[in-house]
This record gives sequence, structure tokens and C-alpha cells, in this order.
Amino acid sequence: MAESASTGSTRSVPVHPLVRVKALARYFDASAPLLNRLLAGEGRRVLHAVDGVDFEIARGRTLSIVGESGCGKSTVARLVVGLYVPTRGSIEFDGRDISAIKGRAEIAALRRRFQIIFQDPYASLNPRWRVRDIVAEPIRVHRLLQGQGAIRARVEELLGEVGLAAVDGEKYPHEFSGGQRQRISIARALASTPEFLVCDEPTSALDVSVQAQILNLMKDLQRTLGLTYLFISHNLAVVRHMSDRVGVMYLGRLAELADAETLFRLPRHPYTRMLVDTIPDLELSGRARTPVAGEVPSAIDPPSGCSFHPRCPFANERCKRERPELRPADGVLVACHGVEEGRLPLA
Amino acid sequence: MAETPPDRRPLLRVEKLRVEFPTRRGTLTAVDNVSFEIGEGEVLGVVGESGAGKSITGSAIIGLIEPPGRIAGGRIYFEGSRIDDLPYEKLRHIRGKRIGTIFQDPLTSLNPLYTIGRQLTETILTHADFSAADARARAIELLGEVGIPSPVQRMEHYPHQFSGGMRQRVVIALALCANPRLVIADEPTTALDVSIQAQIIAVLKARCRDRGAAIMLITHDMGVIAETADRVAVMYSGRIVEVGPLREVVKHPRHPYTVGLMGSIPSIREKAERLTQIEGSMPRLNRIPAGCAFHPRCHEAFARCMSERPELMTNGPSQVACWLFDSRTGSAGHG
Amino acid sequence: MAEPALGNDAGLGAHEPSRRSSALARAWDSDLAYSFRHSPVAVASAVATLVIFCGAAFAPLIAPHNPFDLASVSLLDARNPPVWSEGGSWDFPLGSDNLGRDVFSTILFGSRLSLVVGFCSVIFAATVGVVLGLVSGYVGGFVDTVIMRIAEVQLSFPAILIALLVDGIMRGVLPREYQDQVAVYVLILAIGLSYWVHFARTVRGSTMVERNKDYVQAARVIGRHPVAIMLRHVLPNVMGPVLVIATITLAIAIITEATLSFLGVGVPPTEPSLGTLIRVGNDFLFSGEWWISIFPGIALVILVLAVNMLGDWLRDALNPKLR
Repeated sequence: MAESASTGSTRSVPVHPLVRVKALARYFDASAPLLNRLLAGEGRRVLHAVDGVDFEIARGRTLSIVGESGCGKSTVARLVVGLYVPTRGSIEFDGRDISAIKGRAEIAALRRRFQIIFQDPYASLNPRWRVRDIVAEPIRVHRLLQGQGAIRARVEELLGEVGLAAVDGEKYPHEFSGGQRQRISIARALASTPEFLVCDEPTSALDVSVQAQILNLMKDLQRTLGLTYLFISHNLAVVRHMSDRVGVMYLGRLAELADAETLFRLPRHPYTRMLVDTIPDLELSGRARTPVAGEVPSAIDPPSGCSFHPRCPFANERCKRERPELRPADGVLVACHGVEEGRLPLA
Repeated sequence: MAETPPDRRPLLRVEKLRVEFPTRRGTLTAVDNVSFEIGEGEVLGVVGESGAGKSITGSAIIGLIEPPGRIAGGRIYFEGSRIDDLPYEKLRHIRGKRIGTIFQDPLTSLNPLYTIGRQLTETILTHADFSAADARARAIELLGEVGIPSPVQRMEHYPHQFSGGMRQRVVIALALCANPRLVIADEPTTALDVSIQAQIIAVLKARCRDRGAAIMLITHDMGVIAETADRVAVMYSGRIVEVGPLREVVKHPRHPYTVGLMGSIPSIREKAERLTQIEGSMPRLNRIPAGCAFHPRCHEAFARCMSERPELMTNGPSQVACWLFDSRTGSAGHG
Repeated sequence: MAEPALGNDAGLGAHEPSRRSSALARAWDSDLAYSFRHSPVAVASAVATLVIFCGAAFAPLIAPHNPFDLASVSLLDARNPPVWSEGGSWDFPLGSDNLGRDVFSTILFGSRLSLVVGFCSVIFAATVGVVLGLVSGYVGGFVDTVIMRIAEVQLSFPAILIALLVDGIMRGVLPREYQDQVAVYVLILAIGLSYWVHFARTVRGSTMVERNKDYVQAARVIGRHPVAIMLRHVLPNVMGPVLVIATITLAIAIITEATLSFLGVGVPPTEPSLGTLIRVGNDFLFSGEWWISIFPGIALVILVLAVNMLGDWLRDALNPKLR
């Protein structure tokens, strides 16, 4: 399996990445109802949830997107699996633009190849369905197996793969804990033998020891099944543990995109530095977290130029006017004028 | 605490606290024989996963257990006198004035229909004998102390006009306005973004230190504990399994559960291949095992663990509820 | 590694799932059944409703006479008082009306009609309402707006008026000979169309909540057809309040039918329901033959009250916040 461009430098590769996203954008209409707008004399308000994002994921690897609430990472996840239609930009899966795929049979064939795991273990399983029906749903919908016996056997196999027992298939979701429900979600996601899994904060709602179980499980599955992951999270330590490459998002755009080692050892974008700095120090080395000024601004009315400039200790006039693009710098991709101009001190 | 200097009476002393919830399928014991102390000005972190009973312990101290739940045993002493058996009115007086509380969700802690200013001044007036003008001045001062910019204007704003982090600062101001001796903070940063968490913790710590107020910080987030607490108590299944100075519990955990817990936290320093995994999950309240509640999941369990429940035993600067540390049989006390 | 999951909702609300596999045993053990067994109001209402149901169902077996069989009715038996008054007999335990029909028998048969019309109109209203509510809540947008505007317009009229309107239209449209035959169906249609709105609005609200939940999104990613998602995923989760609304609407439907019959635009006079009886008896109230109107009235009140209280208990028992 050829390694595709993992450091952002252009290398000619014989194999295309499994997932490639180009200039992806999604806007939501956040305007007040027509009457209210007319009376108040307001214009339309548009929420730029995702505003031009590019990345690639090589087969068998994990790309994480990390950011705080409102940065658009969940929207990216939903765009990639087709829950939202992009306002602009394209998503390529295995070399083909998925918006160009028409025809029910083709779309169905495509849907078999990727799945999604959600954050909330309590809302992601239908409370009225038995576990075995929940896990079997993809098999039934895509008609992957015939006959109750074959389906039941496969469901048992899947439950086993995620660490549950065959008898658990007879139960209802409310009889399980949060961690076990996530396992059921994973089993359902694996039912159609996908190649690509989008994981939208899969462990954020779980206790730390349960999180460890799920993360270990996900890593094991990646190894044995050759899965590719798009892993969304706000927890940098988890991201560090799981990823090959990391993208940092802020207000709908990527601030930095690099491989995990590099990003954490030497973060370049001021926002990344700030995020890395907020990770509590369990080594108790006495390093105080430097609290950062300000809060994430509203995505409806983002700051001009570089949207991070109000909170950035290195912002200058250009940062207030001009929006930075993602550019290569020492093998990583950073969207920052300061880095480009070389005026940032290396952390 | 291993030893108390004779003249230093602890601010809060909880002795063998037991909280039960009768249901029609039997009584559930959410907090089982929990004892601990908090000294003046000290920050005690109470850490545990969901269902461990830490929030209920906090609620029990301020008398906010919802019926049919009730305190079924034990005593709670605050500033030397018992508070768990006080009638509602007296407890209400203490709550707010001597003990402040901060809950997880700032959106529901603040009344959406009143301005921040009104809520602050009302609280100040309830607990102290100020004139309305003085109360207002005090409120503005407090808002400034917790880092709200332009406090005079912000007094007239409603909770929904503040962001999450700002709201939590207001909640801190509310909790501190009567200069309590103890602040009970139940998951104060869980609903906030990571970059805001650091700010809020800093504010909480600094303002409490100014006033010499102690903090009982209840959370599941070990990271928050690591940068705030002086001492840590680890809870599991309604019991305290380990308590000790921060450094000891975090860097030299003793109880197998604490060891597993610390190991399951991914580290930012290096990428481990696998995280330490504790098999299984915390037992249901109606299915707590006999003996040590952790024994079914413990790699080091032996015969005694399954039948006898361990009490907290001293081991160096910490106390551990584990038969492995029974001083009489030595630390290799396998049956 | 794969041992049966012991399950862990260390939360206090969780309880052990019953090991007994029989559905009946599980139902008896459930919180709902427990609440029922311990609520005297619920039990009393259920008993009362059951008695009237059985009376209506087994009317041909229980009733001493068949009031609809015109051959057995004789004017000579007209206006007998109830058995405990002077001149009464066990032949007509609650007296007889102006046509010689036994009031007791007529109550039994009349209840039957009232219940049939009530049930069928509720089922009709529920079907229409649930379907429209589902579609409205799931699809949203223009479809939702249209359906909800229709619903709101309808709500601004009293239901009786709507029922009268539908009834009147049908009478105008259908030829005379058929009117009596289809009167019951027309009535069901009319009452059903008056009450679908409550179902639709509640189901729409629940649908909008469920639609955004992750399990629906998961089904979309799997590639299920929207109709399949609505029926198999969303519908089972929004049916809870429907039962409560149905019970309360049953009581309202019975009263509506009685009102329409009282006004003379309901069931045909040859097949009297409780409402017809009350109307018929109304004329005789002041001439002293009170039993013709009062007994059917009491029966109606008991039925409606019992069904209403059952609905109230059900609503409280199913409300998770009150538990």
C-alpha cells in the first residue's frame, strides 16, 4: 500500500488517497424569518460553518480534525458521509467525485463503503429496536446476506469483534452502558464491511476508563480490518493517541495540517500553540497553563481577515485585512501570515 | 489527612456518610460509608467516573438530595457543628452564606428572566446587611474580580447575552458573593471549551485563594484536578478508594483502580501503542459486589477482597482502601 | 473476552431487565402496570369502562329486549316507569320510552353504537393525524407549512361545527335512500376529520425531535429510504403520546356523537345511540317521565368520565418527569 502524501509535500504517488476533500464549504441560512427581517430592516445572515477545507486521507491511516465548539468539525464529518450537501467544493472517494455518482445502485454501492459513528451513545441507537436488528440493518438494506441464519451468524460475529456477547443481541439499547452502546454503534458501522469510518467525537461522552477501551478497540480494528479513519475530536490527547495526521480547525477553516508527531512537538500556528498549551499537565511538571484571552467568536459574524486575529498575540495589520491560505512551511501546512513571514518565534 | 495539628479543626468533616435511594426494587446505596475532611483554604479534588457518587456526596453536604433519596447514615460537620440534621431553614441559611455552590451547567444555574445584576444584588442582600446601593457596588466589584469586561454595562444584561465561559464566571461570582468558607464546585468546566476551561479554573482558584475559601472540586476530569487540587480523593461505586496529596495520587497511585485510571488517560507527551484498559465497567447500584467493590475488575484481587470490604488504610502520605496495602500482612498480602 | 455484558447504568433510574422471557410477565412487572395497580382511580375507571364495554359487546345476550327489532316493540308498553316505582316491572327494569322500547336494552345497544362510532372515529383521526404529523415533521419545509396551516385553520373552528359541516355536505351529496345506511360511516368520517389535528401536532413535534437524533442520521447514512425511516425508525418512538391522546379523544368523540345525535344529525332514529335517547327523553322530562332521558344520560356520563380518567392516569404514568 503506497503511502500517499503524508507530509503535505508534493510527491508523485501511484495510488490516490482514499478520501480527498477540496475547497469544501457549507453555509447555513441563519436569518430571522422573513417578516422579522423586514420589520427590523436586517439582511440575511449566513453561517459559514465550513468555509473552504482541503485535506486527504490515505488508505489505512487516521486523519483527525481537532477544534473547539463551533469550528465546524462535526459539519465536515457530516459532509463527508453525505448527511449534508456541500455548498461548494468536492469530495472524492477512491478517486471519484461522489456528487457525480448518480443512480440508486451506484449510490448504494458507495454507501456500503463508508460509515459513521456518532458522539452520543444514547441517541445513536433506536431505543425501540433490539441490538441484533440495529446491527443487522446495513446487512439487510444492502442485501449482503440471504437468510435469517446467515444474518444472525454475521451479527454474532460482529458483536464478538467489538467485545460483546451473542446474547446481547436480544437486548434493547437501554440495558447497556454508554461504552457498550458505542461498541454496538461500531458493530453496526462494521456490518457492511466498510473501508472508511468517520468517527464524530466517539468517546467524548464516555468516562476516561471506558474511553480507553473504545480507543484500544478502534485501533485494533484498524489494524485487523485495514480501516481508514476520519476522527473528529476536541480532545488533543486523544487525537495524539489515535492519529497519523492532524488538522486543526478554527471557525470553519483549517489553521494547520500536519502529521501528529510534528504538530504536537512543534506546533506552528498560534491557535495550535494555544490549544496544545491548554492540555493539562498530568506529569505535574509545574508548568502553568497560560490562559488565553478571549473566546471563540460567533461563526455568523466572524472577524475580518484571519479569524483568529483578535486572540492572537502576533497579529498585525495584514492579519486584520487579509485571510491567510493554507501554505506549506517546513513540511506542514499552516494558514498564518506570521508563519509565512517568518516572524513568529519558534515555540 | 494523615495527621491534624491539634489546633486546626477541619473546615468540613464528613464521617461515614451514607446516601440511599429507596426504589420499589430495593434500596440503592449511592454513597456508602464515605469519610473525608477539608481543611481551611484547601482544595480537595473529588474524582471519579459517572455513577461513582461524587456529585451526590456534594449534594448531600449542602442538603440538596432529592427525595426519595435521603441521608441514611453518618454525620457532616461544618466549622465544628453538625449540619446534616439541621432543619431546612437553618441549612438554607448556611447554604449560600457559608457554603457556596457552582454547578456544571451555567445555563440552568442562572435564571434566564432576571438580569445578572439583579441576581447578584439579590443574593448579596440575602446574605449580608448591605444597602441596595452598596450591594450594587459590591456586585460590580465582583464581576470585575471574575474577569467580566465592562461590568457596569454587563450588570443589565441577561444570561443569554453571555457566552458559556462568561456565564460560568458569573456563577462563580454568585457563589463567592457572600464570602463563603467553602465552595463546592460540581463539574464546573465540563460544559466549556478546552481553552475556556483553563481560564475558569484560574479564576476560581485565584478568587478562592484571595478569600481563603476552601474548594471541594468534583469532577471526572483528571486534568482539571491536576492543576487545581492540593489533595485528591478517588471515588468508586460510592466509596472512596484512595485519598492523598495530589502528587502522590497522580504520580504514585496505589489503588489498582487509580492505577488503571491514570493509565487510561492518553498522554500528550508520547503516543502509547495501547492505553491501559480496565475490563468491564462500574457495577450497577443494585449489583455492587460483596467485599471490595472493585474486585471483579482487579488483576490483583485475592480471596480476602471478595468477602471483606477494605477500609481506608494509611500508606505513606496517602490512604488506600485496598487489602494489598494492609500493614499487618504487608503489601504482598495475598491470601 | 466476550462474556455477556452485565450492563451498567449506574444511574439510579435503571433497573434490572426482567429475566422472564414472557412478554406478559414483563408487562405485569413494568412501571406502568405497577402504577396502574396502585392507583385506585385508574383501577376504578378501568373497571367501569370494562363493564360498559362488556355490556355493549354482549348486548344481544344481556338485554332483555331488542329495541331495534321493531316487531317486538309495542306502543302498549310505552312510558313504563322503572322497576322500583309504582307501576314498574322487571320486564322494563329502567322503564320504557315513548315508543315502548326498554330503556335498559336501549342503553346497552345504544352504548354499543356510541362506542363503535367513538372508536372508529378515533382510529380514523389517529391514522390521518399520525401520518400527516410524521410527514410534516420529517419532511419539513413547504409540506410542513401547508399541513400546519390547514391544521391551524381547522383548529379555529369548534369541532362540532366541522362535524356538522362534513355531515351536512354528505347529506347534500348523497341520495336520500342511502343516507340512513351510511349515516354511521358519515358520522365516523365527520368526527374523525374534526380531531385529527391534535394527533398531527403532537406527532409532528415528536418527529422533529427524533429526526435530529443520531440513530435517524445513522439510518440515512446506511442509505435507507425516507419512508422506511419514518415508518420503522421514527414511528415507534413517537407513538407514546398518541395512546394518551387517543384515550382522551375517545371520550370527546363519544360526546360529539351524542351531541350530533341529540341535534338530530347523527345516527338515524331507528338505531338510537345514547345521544338520541337523551334527545327523545328530553321532550318527556317535564311531563314526569324522567327515566327516558336521565338513565342514558347517566350512562353517558359514566362512560365518558371513566375513559377520561383512564386517559389522565395514562398520561401521568407515561410522563417520565413525574416518575
